[in-house]
Amino acid sequence: MSPFAPEVANLLLIILIVLVAASLIGWMLARRTTSESGKATVKNLNERVKSWWIMTGVFVVALALGKIGSVMIFTFMSFLALREYITITPTRLADHRTLFAMFFVVLPYQYWLVYTSWYGMFAIMVPVYAFILIPVLSVIRGDPKEFLERSARNQWGLLVCVYFISHIPMLLNLPISQLKHGNAGLIMFLVVVSQGSDVLQYCWGKLIGKHPIAPTVSPKKTIEGFVGGVLSASLLGALMHGLTPFGPLCAGLIAFVITLMGFFGGLVMSAIKRDRGIKDWGAMIEGHGGMLDRIDSLCFSAPIYFHIIRYYFSAP
Amino acid sequence: MLRSAFILFIRLLTGASALWQGCDPRERKLRIYFANHGSHLDFVTLWAALPKELREHTRGVAARDYWGRNAFLRWVSLNLFNALLISREGITREDNPITQMAEAMNAGQSLILFPEGTRSRDGSIGSFKPGLYHLAARVPTAELVPVYLQNLNRILPKGHLLPIPLISTVVFGKPIRIEEGEHKKAFMERAQAAVLALCPSSQQTTSAPSPTEKTSIEVY
Repeated sequence: MSPFAPEVANLLLIILIVLVAASLIGWMLARRTTSESGKATVKNLNERVKSWWIMTGVFVVALALGKIGSVMIFTFMSFLALREYITITPTRLADHRTLFAMFFVVLPYQYWLVYTSWYGMFAIMVPVYAFILIPVLSVIRGDPKEFLERSARNQWGLLVCVYFISHIPMLLNLPISQLKHGNAGLIMFLVVVSQGSDVLQYCWGKLIGKHPIAPTVSPKKTIEGFVGGVLSASLLGALMHGLTPFGPLCAGLIAFVITLMGFFGGLVMSAIKRDRGIKDWGAMIEGHGGMLDRIDSLCFSAPIYFHIIRYYFSAP
Repeated sequence: MLRSAFILFIRLLTGASALWQGCDPRERKLRIYFANHGSHLDFVTLWAALPKELREHTRGVAARDYWGRNAFLRWVSLNLFNALLISREGITREDNPITQMAEAMNAGQSLILFPEGTRSRDGSIGSFKPGLYHLAARVPTAELVPVYLQNLNRILPKGHLLPIPLISTVVFGKPIRIEEGEHKKAFMERAQAAVLALCPSSQQTTSAPSPTEKTSIEVY
């Protein structure tokens, strides 16, 4: 007995087929490529595909475990993302207890609010209470050096890595009468469109990319990759409307918003990396970089998507 | 068993990755690993970063006045870490740390040393005490491997008990040796520079927090 709605199960089957196809293509390319740069690209491609298998597997298992599995996997993802973010960010000794509170008090509490479905507190705990707590905990230690910058950096990290990402499992709490089998499909829609958009932008970029779109921030992104990726990901969203309470046109538009916000989210996080002089947030995921490298497009699109659904499609 | 569980726990907490830039982790050589010191996590992270075959024949050198002061710490340092406890003060002919270390090395054990002698407060590398020079002179066959430990002083700083889960790096560098006729002071300065040179951010154009930068934020 599948824990998933039939539409979700169908999508998972399609994803499985895509992954198998990607693995086969990667294997064939590895055998046939001879040039040095070609070999490096194919190696990276195969590393990425392998990581996709693992990520998909973990994700599917988590979703199959219902709300607790979904909440836990996003808690863990936020934890890893925040860890990478703070590692790269300059902090002072006076911030030590503040950082401890961010990781071990604010983060678990935010996801507890998701699990217990207390929307009112979920929506304001981080931007009001945590944002107050962070500078207060730091100021008690009595170090005013670069105080505003330190507080702002920590608050921003909490917002992007914890608050925004927590909107994804919160989707499970929205009452939507049209979805008879629960809201896991909404999460699948967001994640598949967002991650699919990343992959499609990468593929289009490799195939027809010529003109850089943001050379000072992210040298590898091209206009062709962006346009190709966004349009094809929107089409992908329209095709997946069965997972959602929207019709195909609406699904395509929402997917367009997701991919646009995803692009900007990726660009913003790239700007931060560029300023710090690093290429990746971490090295956790072979071929991709760190956790934050993988979910940077989800960070900005998740809250927008959540509120679109909450406002237009859910009954209060 | 307890030791393996503990090592796994440390690896998860510190997220440490090991970079070998100058010597081979697969070679079983008699080595003295010397590293910067800023946290109680230093020894155990460096030790956990070694491959199992090397780790079994490597011991940390710890101060007896700190680690031997009660039964619990003694148990932890001796049973969990297999540390070599030495005196920092009141050195006598019978209780000479260099002799103790040389004896351990002659029995085939590699050692882990922290030449600063104590944990640094702000992440910068203090001046090195001369024990390394004397020990290297007594055991000339040993390879002297500089090691840089990054971010451990941010994970568990001196004076704090609660760790924050950042990602740390252990960089093993190219071995150095005492040059013909080199004096103690010159050698210790060279050893200190060797450790500092391994700092990953000093190898990039711009950097994450590092002990070499003079801006207000970075030194911690």
